[in-house]
Amino acid sequence: MTLLIASFAPPYWLSTLIKVLVISAVVPTTALILGMVFLFKIMSWMQSRLGPQEAGPRGTLQLLADGVKFLQKEDIAPNGADLWVFKVAPLVVLMSTLLLYVALPASMHLVVADLDVGVFFVLAIASLSVIGVLMAGWSSANKYSLMGALRAAGQLIAYELPMVLAVIGVVIQAGTMSLNGIVLAQNNGSIFGWGGIGFPYILTQFLGFFIFIAAVQAELTQPPFDMPVAESEIVSGYQVEYTGFRFLIFFLAEFATAFAFAAIAAVLFLGGWAVPWLPTASDWYYVLGPMVLFAKVMIVSFIIFWVRFTYPRFREDQLQSLAWKVLIPLALVNIVVTAVLKVVL
Amino acid sequence: MTAVSDPQSVAALVAEANDNRVNLDFETEGMTLNMGPQHPATHGTLRIIARLDGEQVISAEPMCGYMHRGYEKLTEVRTYPQINALINRIDWLGSFANEVPFILAAEKLMNVEAPPRAQWIRTILFEMSRVANISLFLGDFGLQLGGMTAGFYAFRDREWVLNQIESATGGRFHPNFDRIGGLKDDLPKGWIEESHTAMDKLLAFCDEMEDLLVGNEIFQGRTRGIGVIPAEIALSYGLSGANLRASGVDWDLRRDNCPPGLVYDKADWKVWTHPDGDCFARTWVRLQETREAAKIVKQLLDTIPSGPVMAKVPRIIKVPAGEAYVATENPLGEMGYYVVSKGDLVPFRVKIRSASFNNISVLPWVARGAYVPDLISILGSLYFILGDIDR
Repeated sequence: MTLLIASFAPPYWLSTLIKVLVISAVVPTTALILGMVFLFKIMSWMQSRLGPQEAGPRGTLQLLADGVKFLQKEDIAPNGADLWVFKVAPLVVLMSTLLLYVALPASMHLVVADLDVGVFFVLAIASLSVIGVLMAGWSSANKYSLMGALRAAGQLIAYELPMVLAVIGVVIQAGTMSLNGIVLAQNNGSIFGWGGIGFPYILTQFLGFFIFIAAVQAELTQPPFDMPVAESEIVSGYQVEYTGFRFLIFFLAEFATAFAFAAIAAVLFLGGWAVPWLPTASDWYYVLGPMVLFAKVMIVSFIIFWVRFTYPRFREDQLQSLAWKVLIPLALVNIVVTAVLKVVL
Repeated sequence: MTAVSDPQSVAALVAEANDNRVNLDFETEGMTLNMGPQHPATHGTLRIIARLDGEQVISAEPMCGYMHRGYEKLTEVRTYPQINALINRIDWLGSFANEVPFILAAEKLMNVEAPPRAQWIRTILFEMSRVANISLFLGDFGLQLGGMTAGFYAFRDREWVLNQIESATGGRFHPNFDRIGGLKDDLPKGWIEESHTAMDKLLAFCDEMEDLLVGNEIFQGRTRGIGVIPAEIALSYGLSGANLRASGVDWDLRRDNCPPGLVYDKADWKVWTHPDGDCFARTWVRLQETREAAKIVKQLLDTIPSGPVMAKVPRIIKVPAGEAYVATENPLGEMGYYVVSKGDLVPFRVKIRSASFNNISVLPWVARGAYVPDLISILGSLYFILGDIDR
């Protein structure tokens, strides 16, 4: 069967159609999985609750029920809203999420576009969502929304730089910016000649991994960096005026982005879609690749959501000082050390 | 979107904001932010009108009265036992503690004293409601600072105390158990051992909160040095309870001016103070207070004397003419009832001094110059109950 998939070479229009369909199916599915597993179940267990029980077996269909509920709601726009901008804003956020998935490799060939500058593309595209957030905040004609949007924009300055700098260490070590190239470099590598587990970069880039996860936390506006949507301060910030399916789109985008970033972290630091004891050229990866990636994504997501459910919230200026005084210097040190070792070894 | 509809109060606010403008160097156009009456951080219906410069608060004015229920007036048409059921609802998280000062004031006027066993049980239930109240504060404050888990842990472990209060009095939230001259009933069988277990759980909960929340660096970053109330300001605004002790004033009515009828001198405990006066100090003092309250309960449980729980009082209670003010150290601070009786079935006038009303009055002073996130820290750490403000 794997050979059958491997030898499948559709014409350009068909492959494009398949890619579009797959991505538009994958994005909501990942959001549903993360929402269900972490937001509902694991969060409940961490907080000594049961979580959803009624919808579906052990409450597994709760999120689907919630989604249907959102679709039934009236699409309300506030009186003073800038209507066009207000309605487009969630789509802009969703677009940035969809574009993230373009460069994510699920195996050597299961990727929409295998870009040579994959890392660069992903990090650049992820920042686009802030435009949507700003649009939402400004056009809602609500003071809480506006403050939330401005906080999101301010936050961007704080976390984007450490994130990029943290990734540079990996790029130096792999010698490529292609996400597939980084996966291959990790799985074909060896630790002092021993190739038993390949060479996942978390072993050398643990500092980069820590900084990257912290920055992802801020990118996803999750606690401890959820200032743009802080419910107890500014009542969910830029989302406060959204109802129905537009709110649902924000929700989908948030969790699909969480999944995408967990996947990026898995690719950069944990060896992506490959397992070390199976050669990366194997055709088995057409089936196995997505599963391996999914397993690694769940591990990284667990870390992300664990932090989310545990810590209280920073203040906006505390995030800035954390980013500029701690994360960025650490990332720079990491780059220097990596570069020196790369040349020496 | 205007926060204030009345043009006069808008003008007054703008004038005040102009007076108080903190940073004249970077003068930008201000914004009025209306927080509440429906806002997650005001837990209830408190409304705060904040003048902002960016995210900095220029002036914050609390407006209360959205939940005013007219209790002081209602007491004038109710007999003393009926009032007891009413005043349960003032501070609804520590409701047994509301009954005690009123009953003590009535007892003082009637010159009755509850038998020792009743005094013991009263003190135990009083401290239990303190534990129930403040343990929820610890979780709720975490919730307001974004740490969801603390809130759920608090609700989970508060249940232990509420179960004990329920099994003794029949009411989880509104016991209505205290009577002039004693208590309605004796304790149920096995209650003392169960209460020991519950208090152990609560002590463990305090340790857990110290690990999860109070010891957390982010939490300390959000609360240390924020909303500092110096001792003289705290005294001049009439703050009481943990808010006052967190400003370094060693003042506790349980120790300093305990009214007869409560047996705090029979237990070995400590009044905690903190010199800083910031949001962290207020949280820390409350955490220690929960522990002390649990310890008081455990000690008193071991020494309950036997005997009746009700003194000899007439079936129809008529309080002789006179005036009495009795205040106790409630979970939120000093709570007192000034009862004026003309020898009737109903009191002539009851003035309720509730702690939260005075505690929240310091908000305009302390919020000036703070940031919006700090305003949430300050609101959370001042710890008010809306029913206690508005009555």
